[in-house]
Amino acid sequence: MTKLLNILALVAKYGGLLVTLPIWLPFWIIWFIFEKTGINRLIANFMIATGLYLTFKNLFRKPLRLGLTCFAIMIAFLIFSVVTTLKTALNAGVELSADNRLVVVNSINFTQPLPYAYVNKVKAIEGVKDVVHMNWFGGYFQEPSQQIVTMAVDPENYLKVYEEVVIDDEARARWFGNRRGMLIGRALATAFGWKVGDLIPMSSNIFSNREGGHVWEMEVSGIFDGRDEQFGTNFAVFHYKYFMETQTFGGDWVGWLTLTTADPALNEKVAKAIDEEFSNSQAQTDTSTEKAFNKAFIEQIGNIGLMIFGIVFTAFFTILLVVGNTMILAIRERTGEIATLKTLGFSARSIFGMILTESMLLAFIGGFAGLGLAYVMVEGAKTFLAQFLPGLVLSDAVAMQAIGFMVLLGLVTGLVPALNAYRLNIVTAFSRR
Amino acid sequence: MTTDILFDLKGVKKSFTRGKETIKIFDGLDMQIKQGDFLAIMGPSGSGKTTLLNMLGGVDQPSSGEVWFDGARIDSLSEGQLSKWRANNIGFIFQFYNLMPMLNAARNVELPLLLTNLSAKQRKQSVETALQLVELADRAAHLPKELSGGQQQRVAIARAIVSDPKLLLCDEPTGDLDRHTADEILEMLQLLNEKFGKTIVMVTHDPSAASYAKRTLHLDKGEFVEKDLAA
Repeated sequence: MTKLLNILALVAKYGGLLVTLPIWLPFWIIWFIFEKTGINRLIANFMIATGLYLTFKNLFRKPLRLGLTCFAIMIAFLIFSVVTTLKTALNAGVELSADNRLVVVNSINFTQPLPYAYVNKVKAIEGVKDVVHMNWFGGYFQEPSQQIVTMAVDPENYLKVYEEVVIDDEARARWFGNRRGMLIGRALATAFGWKVGDLIPMSSNIFSNREGGHVWEMEVSGIFDGRDEQFGTNFAVFHYKYFMETQTFGGDWVGWLTLTTADPALNEKVAKAIDEEFSNSQAQTDTSTEKAFNKAFIEQIGNIGLMIFGIVFTAFFTILLVVGNTMILAIRERTGEIATLKTLGFSARSIFGMILTESMLLAFIGGFAGLGLAYVMVEGAKTFLAQFLPGLVLSDAVAMQAIGFMVLLGLVTGLVPALNAYRLNIVTAFSRR
Repeated sequence: MTTDILFDLKGVKKSFTRGKETIKIFDGLDMQIKQGDFLAIMGPSGSGKTTLLNMLGGVDQPSSGEVWFDGARIDSLSEGQLSKWRANNIGFIFQFYNLMPMLNAARNVELPLLLTNLSAKQRKQSVETALQLVELADRAAHLPKELSGGQQQRVAIARAIVSDPKLLLCDEPTGDLDRHTADEILEMLQLLNEKFGKTIVMVTHDPSAASYAKRTLHLDKGEFVEKDLAA
């Protein structure tokens, strides 16, 4: 029995080592190289000479406290990074909007159509570069629950107005030449396993076709990517002509117009000119920048920014209190040691630096752990949520913000104990003991 | 200017306030300490022994008067200048050793050398020499909690002498030790004074500890009382 247990213990030990090989092997290789080349000694000497050695020793002197504090900081940065990434993904439409793009909708509301004739009238207005008309199709695949953002567009003008839609020339030509052709985004293609040449029975929950059904057969002409990783590719576009020729109502009407101006500086003038042009017509228009239009659309859900701020502020404030309190207690425990260091000749300034460095390290260890975990979570959820939340990516900007907050957290929590240590009077400190 | 007078206190006054009350510790104290001296300062609690030691070590400053060290006045130095001065000239030995609990014996001894420009190799050599001198070379890698009280005090002595200071200031160095260990420590201080020429000022309550010194001064209510036993 004992022999069996010993064997099991050996298996567990070496099995564990084997399983965690990808984690420890790179560190071991780095350590081995450092040890053999003498870099280890150089680093150690540098750390000793700069006082970093003392800082590290102090930081790791109570591993449980360090672990719990880092865990708290990690959770805060995990929340911050994930929630901010979600916000960025939700706002991707706003952020990625081109500066010179305007949206023209019916002034009643954007669900009301506009006459087709408006397209050429808008194109004729001075300052307008390209115009595309778009119709909401209300598409779904097989089941109404599998909704797909699908729009009927004028293909050539669509690609002129939306330059961030990236396709190769072959796919472009194939789409232009195929009346039933459909261009689908990469996320959509991945989600449904569609490829070029597939025939897709696309249903509409709004329109019916002349054959008496709600299904339009479309062929995948190409799969587009976004110029930017955050550009959502979870939608499909198809020929307006095919849509108009086969549907049973709503002919010669378009859902809305999207246009580009020759210069963003002309936006206001062009928008005013368009709305004035149709001010006495049956369908008056409301023209705004795409950014403003998307922002208004997103804000129908609620003030996301305020919600995010509330969550992040609460998490951070709580963590700030926890870490700040821990630091103050940790330094107070070391009053005698600080007094000894000062007696030995360490300057108040160097001790101030050591304590501030310690709090910064604490914030960085926990912060980077949280940021790393958030990255893993976002990457894991990216594919899964691509259909609903395109552009879910932990961006450099979010990472930089997180690092900024780490610095802030380190400074705020370390400043008071560092100042106390700086001001500590040796005689008073020893007389307290 | 270098003379054989290491410390010269001229008309030193020291007082502090506790609430609304002003307490006078010294009211015009004069004192000289020669190089190579081993001086024990005794006296009852509150007589000003530790305050005097603090002023000699530059961790406390007189309210008025002058403190000269090796021909240079130190009472007017700034806190930063005093830190440097302490690092260069003074070795401290405390009653409760005051070692850094997270550092091993060698690293504790090395602490004062971090304030010098010595290379890592030179620092290592100095630490080894200091530990050999206190007969603890084999305990270099031990943490303070793994050492006895006497061994910890010997590490503290090694830390005090590692940077080769002119003066050792000892505040009740045997106050926390048994008689036998205390004697070992005092013999070591005597050796440092006699063989290596270190000037030592030791504050103690213990007459047998004071007997190791070359001379003993008694403080009472901030004044020296003439009981120079060794003179």
